[in-house]
Amino acid sequence: MIIRPTQGWAPVKLKELFESRELLYFLIWSQLKVRYKQTILGASWAIIQPIAIMVVFTVFFGIVVRVPTGEIPYPIFTYTGLVVWTYFSNALNVSSNSLISYESLITKVYFPRLLIPLASVVAGLVDFFFAFVVLVGLVVFYGFTPTAAVWALPLFLLLTVITALAVSLWLSALNVQYRDVRLLVNVLIQLWFFATPIIYPSSLVPEGWRIFYQALNPMTGVVEGFRWALLEPAKPPGPSLAVSVLIVVCLLVGGLYYFRRMERIFADVV
Amino acid sequence: MHDLAVQAQGVGKLYHLGQGRGHDTLRDLLGEMISVPFRRRGPSKPGRSTKHDELSQPHGDGQLWALRDVSFDVRHGEVVGIIGANGAGKSTLLKILSRITEPTSGRIEIRGRLGSLLEVGAGFDPELTGRENVYLNGAILGMKRSEIRRRFDEIVEFSEVRRFIDTPVKRYSSGMYMRLAFAIAAHLEPDILVVDEVLAVGDASFQKKCLGKMGNVAETGRTVLFVSHNMLAVEDLCDRVIWLKDGRIADEGQPKDIVSNYLQETFSTDTERVWKDPSTAPGTDEVRLHRACVRPADGSPRDSITVHTPFVIEIEYWSLRPNVYLSPSVALYNEQGIVVFTSGPEFDPGGRERHHPAGLYRYVCQVPGDLLNDGMYQIALYVDKNQRTILQQDDILVFDVQDAVEMRHGWHGKWTGVIRPMLNWSTDLVDTETP
Repeated sequence: MIIRPTQGWAPVKLKELFESRELLYFLIWSQLKVRYKQTILGASWAIIQPIAIMVVFTVFFGIVVRVPTGEIPYPIFTYTGLVVWTYFSNALNVSSNSLISYESLITKVYFPRLLIPLASVVAGLVDFFFAFVVLVGLVVFYGFTPTAAVWALPLFLLLTVITALAVSLWLSALNVQYRDVRLLVNVLIQLWFFATPIIYPSSLVPEGWRIFYQALNPMTGVVEGFRWALLEPAKPPGPSLAVSVLIVVCLLVGGLYYFRRMERIFADVV
Repeated sequence: MHDLAVQAQGVGKLYHLGQGRGHDTLRDLLGEMISVPFRRRGPSKPGRSTKHDELSQPHGDGQLWALRDVSFDVRHGEVVGIIGANGAGKSTLLKILSRITEPTSGRIEIRGRLGSLLEVGAGFDPELTGRENVYLNGAILGMKRSEIRRRFDEIVEFSEVRRFIDTPVKRYSSGMYMRLAFAIAAHLEPDILVVDEVLAVGDASFQKKCLGKMGNVAETGRTVLFVSHNMLAVEDLCDRVIWLKDGRIADEGQPKDIVSNYLQETFSTDTERVWKDPSTAPGTDEVRLHRACVRPADGSPRDSITVHTPFVIEIEYWSLRPNVYLSPSVALYNEQGIVVFTSGPEFDPGGRERHHPAGLYRYVCQVPGDLLNDGMYQIALYVDKNQRTILQQDDILVFDVQDAVEMRHGWHGKWTGVIRPMLNWSTDLVDTETP
């Protein structure tokens, strides 16, 4: 093995990443172990969080504001969106700050740094599955029968995971140097939430804007895809989804290279 | 084919202090981007500094070469010690070897699996139990899961914390924490092991165990790079020593020589002083100092003194008036300022009765070996006339009594006691019956 200074854009070492899969497993495992230690309710928090928000939204937007959701009752309409969104926003938040919280490790041990944001994004999936089980319960409770589109669910979930990873690769690497990112992430998540059809259907967005709204925000496609797959009358996401996917792929590839480029100074500036 | 495990050529590491890469907020970066086109090189902002500041002689624009043009080879199976003062670049070198940070220049070729241990317990999660941390930490240090499972019992046995293995480590005492952490690291089996200052932790008996383990590692033919401030351990364990000074290699070679050079340069000793001109030498119109030195009984003031070495203190002064009886005495202070002894030529038979012409006098005080403990000593000199002190020099000589590796049987802790005499012991088996 040869150690020497690298300049400019370095190749992303996917092989090394694959070889450290056991460490990835342990990082995910330890994050899960730690998350609900010394809590009374433990993993039930994974369900309580989205359900509590669902109740609040149902009262305000379903009963008070009366957001029109067609044939779909408001609670399940918003909960479907919340299940994916809760995962996405938590993943983004934890992952963007992950390199900072692993500072002592970064400055003392070598391993592919990419594992850290990756582990944070993947670890959140466990919470997602708990919340998803409740969603399935609600689907049955409200008497919906999932269509053949159910097969698309894993793909939409995959798109969510990749979007979270792609964005947090940029944010976590930037965060090492500029602590502004930590604050920026909060604002970003807020804005992104309102730019995604979680509390309202995208049909409320003015016709002329809708195409940008759907194409530029991958999460729009994901939330609409979830509704389409589980709630019969919902319509499939439009062809603009393809544009979203393309954007995410570009963000991911760019993020990987940017991360690799910044990786070499992590230990010095974190 | 190649018998070199590590080959470093011209390795350098540049740190940017304050400005440069170290924008702390985006506003700084944006501000800089806007202002840069309008100036060539701005003055660095006052008050912006990093922890590297104190280590440094910053080069111009807040830059510091923590390492500069460092080249060395390590053969397979060799145990190499790296010594140097704080900030000399030892840790930076280990970080580059462990790939934690990149060098700014040069290249290093490493042949074999390299495992590094820069801080015991880095990556421990306080919330997790001892058992869980063994697996997590093992994985972080590069062990396979199957490997950890196989060695789990051995690790727990070595750490002596079996009773608490299912307790979260945040409830551990710091000693238990360190023991468990070291135990994991000690069971790594890389071809090349890089270790930083691990021996500074734990109690004496655990230190001994760790050193024993390190010794074993070395004996099994593995390559070890080892940073320590414990010169005894370095001398005992290493085949070769590299001395870093201000980011460059000051010297390398046999542990004994390098360590002794390093100690002599680092701790400013003053083992010989000569005043050629009596008119400016310390003294009065009755007495003027000429020379003072401390040296091994059969050596020169430049030779080192260990706890075993008999040494002499020599004092020369001019007595300027005839028939005045002057009596010198010396006091030996240790690092804590405790007077270890005072002594003068009181029992020199007939000293007082003899005729005392004016002239240059030399007094030699012999101190036996195996008396003093290791450490720095200061000698104060007094010259008395009729029980009155007419000249007092408080720190006329400063010298170092070095520890010796023999008799230690692998233990390297501080030997306690103001003095360390070699006393006679006898051992008898009184009875083979035990109650």
